[in-house]
Amino acid sequence: MRNRTRFLIPFVVVGLAAAACSSGDTTPSTQGSAPAASAAAPADSKSFPRNETLYSSGTMWGPPANWNPLREWDSATGTKGLLYETLFLYDATTDKFQPWLAESGEWTGDKEYTLKLRSGITWSDGKPLTADDVKFTFELGKIETVPYHNIWTFLDSAEVVDPQTVKFTFKEARYQQWANHVYQRAIVPKHIWESVKPEEVVDFANENPVGTGPYNYHSHDQDRQAWVKRDDWWGIKALGKDVKPKYIVDIVNSSNEVAMGLLLQKGLDLSNNFLPGVANLVRGNFGVSTYYADAPFMLSANTAWLVLNTKKKPMDDPAFRKAMAFSVDTKRIVENVYGNLVKPADPTGLLPQWDKYVDKSVTGSMGFSYDPAKSKQLLADAGYKDTDGDGFINNKDGSKIDLKIIVPTGWTDWMESIRVIATSAKDVGISLTPEFPDYNALVEQRSTGKFDMLINNERQLSNTPERYYDYVFNMPVQKLQNTVNFGRYENEKAWDLVGQLDATKTDDVEGMKAITSQLQKIQLEDMPVIPLWYNGLWSQVSNSVWKNWPSDAAGTPKTPPTMWRNWLELGGVLTLTELQPAGA
Amino acid sequence: MRQYFGRKLLIYALTFFVAVTVNWMIPRFMPGDPVASMVARARISDPEAVAAMQQYYSNLFGFDQPILAQYFNFWGALFAGNFGISIWAYPLPVADVIMDAVPYSLGLLIPSILLSWFVGNWAGALAARRKILDNTVLPVGYVLTAMPYMWIAILLCWGFGVVFQVLPVAGGYSFAMQPNLSWEFVGSLFQHWLLPFVSLFLVALGGWAIGMRNMIIYELEADYSNYLAALGAPHRLIRRYAFRNAVLPQITGLALQLGVLVAGALVTEIVFSYPGLGSLILKAIQNQDFFLLQGTFLFIVLGVLIANFVIDVVYVIVDPRTRAGMTGATT
Repeated sequence: MRNRTRFLIPFVVVGLAAAACSSGDTTPSTQGSAPAASAAAPADSKSFPRNETLYSSGTMWGPPANWNPLREWDSATGTKGLLYETLFLYDATTDKFQPWLAESGEWTGDKEYTLKLRSGITWSDGKPLTADDVKFTFELGKIETVPYHNIWTFLDSAEVVDPQTVKFTFKEARYQQWANHVYQRAIVPKHIWESVKPEEVVDFANENPVGTGPYNYHSHDQDRQAWVKRDDWWGIKALGKDVKPKYIVDIVNSSNEVAMGLLLQKGLDLSNNFLPGVANLVRGNFGVSTYYADAPFMLSANTAWLVLNTKKKPMDDPAFRKAMAFSVDTKRIVENVYGNLVKPADPTGLLPQWDKYVDKSVTGSMGFSYDPAKSKQLLADAGYKDTDGDGFINNKDGSKIDLKIIVPTGWTDWMESIRVIATSAKDVGISLTPEFPDYNALVEQRSTGKFDMLINNERQLSNTPERYYDYVFNMPVQKLQNTVNFGRYENEKAWDLVGQLDATKTDDVEGMKAITSQLQKIQLEDMPVIPLWYNGLWSQVSNSVWKNWPSDAAGTPKTPPTMWRNWLELGGVLTLTELQPAGA
Repeated sequence: MRQYFGRKLLIYALTFFVAVTVNWMIPRFMPGDPVASMVARARISDPEAVAAMQQYYSNLFGFDQPILAQYFNFWGALFAGNFGISIWAYPLPVADVIMDAVPYSLGLLIPSILLSWFVGNWAGALAARRKILDNTVLPVGYVLTAMPYMWIAILLCWGFGVVFQVLPVAGGYSFAMQPNLSWEFVGSLFQHWLLPFVSLFLVALGGWAIGMRNMIIYELEADYSNYLAALGAPHRLIRRYAFRNAVLPQITGLALQLGVLVAGALVTEIVFSYPGLGSLILKAIQNQDFFLLQGTFLFIVLGVLIANFVIDVVYVIVDPRTRAGMTGATT
């Protein structure tokens, strides 16, 4: 009996082993994972041939749930840019506006702006795009919950002159902000949207979206959004350009690690995820490249600021804030935390694209850099001493200083960064502890002003530094500060200057510079926020299926290689027109 | 028999009630306010617009009512099959989001639980009292059962996905396809299913094999086995009796282990970003999506309770003693 079953021994062992590697045994016939397998598949509408499809990721962190371009923060990737379009595009590298849906737009009076639309543009349902649609889109802003509601604080009216022309009349000419709106607002079709109730406009899921853009909605699932090219897109005739991928499939991020895996499997062409250590992938032979072949690898997208709560002691003291600025070892963050994927920020915090607005004479004399000795000196001069002998400085009244710096938990790069900041603050005698609350808890503390210090980078690159100064100086301080001036800094003079900057024409660079120089003086004197580093426009591309990606090399496009929300109108859509199939 | 099941059902109903209540409470006592963060994400600065939006959402989600009323509304809506609107996947209803994910989770869980149970018991039974087999099955079993789900999942993902590049690392089916009834699509589903399944299967397998081996040894040492042996019964017969007795605790074990297995599946799904309930739970927590979190937990609680009930029924069928006990109790 015993002998009879002994022959089973090897069988069981093999069976166990087989269970462990059954995946290896059963798949050779379908080698090369999913995307490759389908490349050979017939091009029916149910599958996307690999050589006609662009796979991207890094934008959506939840399932595509709405195609409402007003929801610029959570609409499905490409809703604005691929499907709905803006009047202009703005190219940050050359600081130029490119007419898109508009043929032209100019100030025809001090408070009057006339916009001409291109002719021959049709919505994907065949109806023509007219001035009525533009007027309707801007008037949606009259609804309180629409994000660009504040436009009506300075806009007076929008009138249709003829089917291709709209005339905007202003209460107050805010040239800079208006320039921002003409390339950021997606135009929606009146004939469809007028039936949506005003209170539901912002919640409108818009499941059968009708746009003017180069792509139409194809399909979606929990983990992806697919677009299919529109063959009668106006740009083919009017611009002589065409988007190259027939399909775009944007994959919902579950984590950056998964994106990394997909990228290495060549299942992803464009990853806009933050991939720590991507430098090794670029330098090694992994078929992955970035905008720059070497540090900082990425274009700069926004500034990470150290926000100080100016309503709390001792952050209400400019001398303390300045000392704080000198204490931060940004170089260590850039090198050790980011592995040189980011660049240290200019003392003004203005992005490299805005370099012409930086007054070098101001930053030269008043700028700051990592200098612990200077930081200690500033604190001592301002009267901060270690009165109780615990090794940390005390408030001027002798009370303890025990500050906290917060970033959302799970944002690993930021978590490491504030550890560095806390350590370097301790070196100059400031007791600073890093804490990592849940994102929502942080948002609550941030908007109600219940924090000491935090890091924020919510203002993105745009056409004007005015948007950055608005972020720093915005007044009056509200009960809830949801988007700007989290530190609750109050300076009438500075806010007045921001208003003046806003009222300066966009082509008057000298006039703008005169004002930004004054703002920079105030900023460096009072240090309401401390610029730390420029976050990158995270973008890793693979050349296996599509080539001619933007880079700093000669002969390549210089547009942003990204699918991020609100970046397609900064030239992201042009990137798609420049791509070439790698096989060809 | 009626009394037995009546009592069981009562216990399940109570468990369900408590679980749902706890489930309702937990997200509400987490720090942070989902409406505030929803509004904050909308990047609206105008105070009037903020107030308008906050009021709109509070009303929509029913947060403007007293907490007790919210609780009763929750039960009311539950019986109407309404789980609310997801905050994370706004404005999709939670029920839709969950129903999309359920097939994936069940497709992973049911085969891996059942197969690992059968194969594990079979291997364990074979291994008992066979030196060479015992020397292989036991250590392998210990290694497998001690492996954290996440770790083995990451190993498999890295090995087959990145190093050998034979299997996909993410998703429920190929990103190049749309769901349709074709062999190609089924094949793609299978490819994506394989690795998560194998990682769940392997970890569970070890535990069952070890348990079964120990039980069989114990049963073979029992008096009845010795008595049978003394009577000269064939070895095969003794082993069959031993197996039948040994399998009973394994069934109880299955009921007890269900929760652990489900939890393991959740972690595994996250590693492979498999679009099941586990990935949903993670997202719900990250985005403070009360309703989605409640919905998924509810679904899992229900699932585990139902599975336990099924095991109870199976137990009655396979163990004649319970039946005897029940008739004894009722007469």
